[in-house]
Amino acid sequence: MMCTHRHHERSLKHCSKISPARLALPLLAILFFTGCGREEQAEAWLEDGERLPGGEATNTLLFGRNAFIRPAENITPEHEPMFYSGNSFFNQAWVEAPASTRNRDGLGPNFNARSCAACHPRDGRGRPPESEEEPFLGLLLRLSIPGENAHGGPKPVEGYGDQLQPFGILGVPAEANPSVTYKEIEGTYGDGTPYTLLEPVYTLNDPAYGDFPDDMMVSPRIAPQVIGLGLLEAIPEDRLEALEDPEDRDGDGISGRINRVWDIRAGEHRPGRFGWKGDQPTVEQQVAGAFLGDIGITSPLIASGECEGPQVACAESLEAQHANTEDAAERLEIQDGNFERVVLYTSLLAVPARRNLEDPAVRQGKQLFLDAGCDGCHTPSHRTSADASLEETRDQKIWPYTDLLLHDMGEALADGRPVHDASSREWRTPPLWGLGLVDAVNDHTRLLHDGRARGFAEAILWHGGEAEASREAFRAMDAREREALIAFLESL
Amino acid sequence: MKSMMKPALFLPLLSMLALTACGEAEPVIPENTSDMVTNYAAIVSASYTDSVTAAKDLDAAIDAFAADPTQANLDAARQAWLDSREPYLQTEVYRFYGGPIDDEDGPEGLLNAWPLDEAYIDYVEGNADAGIIQDTSVEISATSLESLNEQGGEENIATGYHAIEFLLWGQDMNPAGPGDRAYTDYVEGEDNAANPDRRTLYLTTTSDLLVTHLESVESEWAEGGDNYRASFVSESPEDGLRKVLTGMIILSGFETGGERLQTALDSGDQEDEHSCFSDNTHRDMIQDVQGIQNVYLGTYTRLDGTKVSGTGVKDVIAARDAELADKIEAQIAESLAAANAMETPFDQEIASDNAEGRARVEALIVSLRAQEDLLEDAFRLFELDIPVAE
Repeated sequence: MMCTHRHHERSLKHCSKISPARLALPLLAILFFTGCGREEQAEAWLEDGERLPGGEATNTLLFGRNAFIRPAENITPEHEPMFYSGNSFFNQAWVEAPASTRNRDGLGPNFNARSCAACHPRDGRGRPPESEEEPFLGLLLRLSIPGENAHGGPKPVEGYGDQLQPFGILGVPAEANPSVTYKEIEGTYGDGTPYTLLEPVYTLNDPAYGDFPDDMMVSPRIAPQVIGLGLLEAIPEDRLEALEDPEDRDGDGISGRINRVWDIRAGEHRPGRFGWKGDQPTVEQQVAGAFLGDIGITSPLIASGECEGPQVACAESLEAQHANTEDAAERLEIQDGNFERVVLYTSLLAVPARRNLEDPAVRQGKQLFLDAGCDGCHTPSHRTSADASLEETRDQKIWPYTDLLLHDMGEALADGRPVHDASSREWRTPPLWGLGLVDAVNDHTRLLHDGRARGFAEAILWHGGEAEASREAFRAMDAREREALIAFLESL
Repeated sequence: MKSMMKPALFLPLLSMLALTACGEAEPVIPENTSDMVTNYAAIVSASYTDSVTAAKDLDAAIDAFAADPTQANLDAARQAWLDSREPYLQTEVYRFYGGPIDDEDGPEGLLNAWPLDEAYIDYVEGNADAGIIQDTSVEISATSLESLNEQGGEENIATGYHAIEFLLWGQDMNPAGPGDRAYTDYVEGEDNAANPDRRTLYLTTTSDLLVTHLESVESEWAEGGDNYRASFVSESPEDGLRKVLTGMIILSGFETGGERLQTALDSGDQEDEHSCFSDNTHRDMIQDVQGIQNVYLGTYTRLDGTKVSGTGVKDVIAARDAELADKIEAQIAESLAAANAMETPFDQEIASDNAEGRARVEALIVSLRAQEDLLEDAFRLFELDIPVAE
C-alpha cells in the first residue's frame, strides 16, 4: 500500500514482495515500520531469517554497550532465574578462601583473572595490552612442550601446566610476567593505498617455578565475546561432518577439518566447537576449563589441578584454604548447582539482531563477501538440531558465519603449537555474529586469536593459507568496495 | 556490482521517502522528553550531592573513631555508614549506560563492588595472618590501595562501601544479627588483634577514597559545568530516553531481581547478600527500587527533605500510552511494597527453612520481573531498539 508514494523502480519491486505475514503485523508495527518505509526496504534483499541471526533466541532489545548481556528472547520461565544466577557467578569476582561469601571463594592460588567478566567485560571481548607494562588480561598464553597428553591433547609444561597464570593471591608468586611488543609490517592494497599490520612478539620474564624448557611452545588467545554459544553447540554433528572436506575433494582450495578433542563427560573424542583451535567440545567443558585455567576454581567436571608439581607455595596455600573441609565434593570451589547455572548462562546469552540494514553499502558488502569466497569457511547459516539439550536452541535457523572447522590460515598466523588434530597453522573459523558491536560494548576493535588486528581490514589482511584467495580479492577491491564489505561485517 | 546504485544518490532518496511516509504519523518521541531529560539530570545531580554529603559525615565519624576508638564511636561510625547508603543506593539506577559512574574510567567498581575479598584486606576466621593489614611489607596509602585494587583486572576487591562495612562490622558469624567486630581491633593490646594501627590507616584511607570517588561523579553531573551533564542534556532527547530507560530496565530485572535476589534465594547462603557484614541488604533493595521510582515519577526527596521534581519518565510514556504509564507506576509501587514487606535480617529471610521469608523474597522478584517486562514494552514503544552507533 505504501508503493504509491514511491517513484523508484527498485522500491516498487520490493514493495510487491511484502509477505502476507508482514501485512498481518499489528497496527502499531504498520504505522512505525511500513509507514516509514524502513523495514521492508531493508528486508527485501535479506534471506529468510537473516535479520535475526539467533532465530527466536536473538536479542532485539538492547544494543550499544549492553548488546551482549541479554538472555535469549525465548528463554523459558524455568531457565530465566537460573540464567540470572549464572550471570552473578560470571560477573562477580572470586575471592580468596575462606571468605564470608562461601559460594564465591577459592580464587587461585594462581590465576589470570578474578572473574569471567574481567576478560569478557559485559560478556564481550578482551583485548591485548596496549603497552609493554600493561598486565595481561583478556589475553592469555597457552603453554606446552612437544608430545601429547593421555588423550592426544597438548603436553603440559613441568611447573607451569598448559597456561601461564600471571597473578597470584597474597603470598603466592605469579608464574611469570609476560609482555608483548609489536613489529610493524607495511603493505599496500591493489589500488596503491598503504596499510600497516602489527605482528606481536611475546616475552616471558621472571619465571617463578623453574626455567622454561627450550622447546616450550607458547600460543596467545584472546577472550572472545560470549554470545550464541548454546546455538553453536546445537549445530548437528552430521552437519559439521558434511561440511568437512579434509582432502579438498571439491577442489575449491578449502579443506575444513573437525578437531576431534577429548570430551571429559562423554569419555570419548568429539568434535571441538569452542576455543580458537576448536579445543573444547561443549560449553560445559569450555566453562570448566576456563574456571580452572583462568581463575583457579575447581568444578564438578574438572575437580583438581590448580597447582603444578613444583609450585610449593601454591599447594601450601591451597591446603590452608581448605583446611576445614574434608569431603572431596565440598572442596569443589564451584558446586554442582552454581556451575550448572554458569553453563546455562553462557549457553543462552543472546546474539544481537542485525543492524543498519537500510544502508545500501551493507547489501553491497554482503555480495562482495560472497564473491570473495569468504563464505567458504564463514558458512552463513545452519539449522540447529531439533533435539538439542536446551529447548531455546532447538530447531532455529541461525546465522553465525562459521563452519566450526579447522582451516590452514598460513604461516603468518601459525602459532607453532598443535592442539589435538589442529596443526600450528590451523585455526577454527570464528563466528562473525556480533563482531560489529564489539566497539560499542568493549571500546576496541581488536580481532583475531591474539588481538593483533586493529579492525576488520587488518584481520582480513592477515588471512593466508586456504583464505589467501579471499584475502587477495579483498586487497584488489577499491576503497568503496572495501568499505562496503566492512559495513556488512559491522552489521552482523 | 556496476548495477548497484551509488550510495550517495540512494541515501537522500531513502530519507525523503521516510519523511513523506512518517510525516503524517504521530512523532515517536514525545515533545516532553527533553523536559524529562533535564529534570532527570537535576535529580541525578541532587542525589550524588546527597551521597557526597553523607559520605563526608561517614568520613568524619570514622576520623572521630580513629582518634578515639571506643564502642560509642564505633557505633556512631556504623550508624553513619548505614545513613550514607541511603542516598547512594538511590543512584544505582544511573548505572548501565556508560555514564560517569560506570564508563571506562567510572569509579563504580571502587565504590560499591561485591563480593568483597575480605581475606585480601584483613584477618578472617580460619586465617589470622590474612590480608594487606597483616602484611607489613605493603604500604597502605590512597595510591597503593587503588593500584592493589586493580590486581587481577577487577577494580573491586579492596575499597569502597563494603570494605568500610567489613572494617566496621567484621565477618558476620552471627545468625541472628550482623557481624560484631570488637572496637579493640583498633586498640593496641596484648589480647587484641594484631596491627591495629594499620587497620586504622586502612579504614581512614578507604573512607577518604570513598569521598573522592563520589565527588568525581558529582562534578560530572553538576549544573553549569563543561561536563557529562552538559552533553547529556544537549544530545537528542531520544538518546537521553534510551539511557534513562536502559538503567531502569537493567536495574529492575538483571541486577536487583536477578543477580542479587534470585542468586541469594537460589543459594540460601547466609552471606550471599550484598551488605552481609552489617545485615543491611533489605535497605539495598528498598532504596534501589526507590531510585527507579524517583526517575519514573520525576521526583527526588533530598536528605534535607526538600524535593526536586519535574517531568518524569511516566509523563513521557503517558504522552503515547496512558494505560502503560499507569501500569508501570503501579508495578513499581508493588515492588516497593514487596521490598518493604521483607523482614530483617535478609540472610534469615532467604534461609532454606524459612518458607514464608522465601515467599516474600520471591514476591519481590516476581514484581521486579514484571516491572522489567513493562519497561521493555515502553522501550519498544519508542522504537528504541533501533540502535545508534556509539
